[in-house]
Amino acid sequence: MVNKEKKELAVAALQNGTVIDHIPTESLFKVVDLLGLKDLTDVSVTIGNNLDSNRMGKKGIIKVADLVFPEETLNRIAVIAPNVVVNIIRDYEVVEKLHVTLPDDLIDIVKCNNPKCITNNEPMRTHFHVIDREHTTLRCHYCERPVAQQDITLK
Amino acid sequence: MDKHSLISISDLSKDEILALLKRAQEFEKNPNQRILAGKVVASLFFEPSTRTRLSFETAVNRLGGRVIGFSDPKSSSQAKGESLKDTIMMVSNYADLIVMRHYLEGAARYANEIASVPIINAGDGSNQHPTQTMLDLYTIYQTQGTLENLTITMVGDLKYGRTVHSLLEAMHHFHPRFKFVACDELRMPEQYKQYCKEWGIDYEETRDFSPEIINQTDILYMTRVQRERFSDLMEYERVKNVYTLTASMLTGCKPNMRVLHPLPRVTEIAQDVDDTPQAYYFEQALNGLYARQALICRALDL
Repeated sequence: MVNKEKKELAVAALQNGTVIDHIPTESLFKVVDLLGLKDLTDVSVTIGNNLDSNRMGKKGIIKVADLVFPEETLNRIAVIAPNVVVNIIRDYEVVEKLHVTLPDDLIDIVKCNNPKCITNNEPMRTHFHVIDREHTTLRCHYCERPVAQQDITLK
Repeated sequence: MDKHSLISISDLSKDEILALLKRAQEFEKNPNQRILAGKVVASLFFEPSTRTRLSFETAVNRLGGRVIGFSDPKSSSQAKGESLKDTIMMVSNYADLIVMRHYLEGAARYANEIASVPIINAGDGSNQHPTQTMLDLYTIYQTQGTLENLTITMVGDLKYGRTVHSLLEAMHHFHPRFKFVACDELRMPEQYKQYCKEWGIDYEETRDFSPEIINQTDILYMTRVQRERFSDLMEYERVKNVYTLTASMLTGCKPNMRVLHPLPRVTEIAQDVDDTPQAYYFEQALNGLYARQALICRALDL
């Protein structure tokens, strides 16, 4: 079983760490940014995109060795890719499968699209409230403008 | 400690609104009360607004307080590139309350997170202007004797007009019926119609500024149609005249009906309306003083 699964993977299997799977191809690099993978210098990071997927056609995948992200960090992914699956790997086995949940408040993750918003004019953190979970509609805590899912820009 | 700032009209509960109306009524009877003796209020106008600033500063003066601040951002340290945070930190050291107007949206909410003293938002860009809403509510209450079950007709720029949006939200506590009269370009945004649906508020939308609409109305809330909102200036010229109120349109109106306008008006209310018993926009502006006195006292727990 384990061997068969491994064979299907187009990128190398992980001994220990985190696999973020089923990332929509257009969101992959946003997720990379969101998790700050660029700044990881000590652990091996594997990023794959446009891989065949039964469920999605094409997908992206991220594997980070020897690292388990805090739940809070993982939940940020829900802003751009709510259906990703997070696998925690220990000794080549999936020991935990997690789904990400959108937090009620997004602190310093999303950029406000309103050029007249204070957050775009002061050195400060942004803050959004999730006002509609189903459609991922946000509202800026400061200028109070709603942001639809397709208009969400990461900071 | 709860600071009793006022950033957005939705920060106020129904009970708080009603208590503020009672308080404003006291100030209308006697506007000169030395409640603020020994207090310093900072009036920070990062964007000039003579009308609002004079109303606030008169409110403080009539309550016996002192005012510091600036009325023109060019003369403030902002012109030297100081951040809003630093300005607010500095002024917090000196004043008991900060009244601020800013051209950026969300500036007051951010200032409130930084300041150790309460903040009253005197307008943040096109976002919120809650003291205007409070004076509108007071005027409605004063002229109708209640805020409950009124028919409010909003005319003109319903798309960009922040006063109509805030008034709509504030009125949701009081079972209103709304009539939205505007051209297609300046219709009430979907977001606010959705809001009405969520709160079970009855509304009607029309392009036609007709006598039938006016005759059913308790409060006729006129707004200014601004030329810069139009990409097609021909369209502006047409619309400007369609949504102009004249005295002859008021002949069949209810006796209690009053015409409000946040001012300044340009052409949307003809001068001949000024002499009708329905004209109430100048009194409305004066009510800004009482409403602001009440809000200043609330902010300082006095």
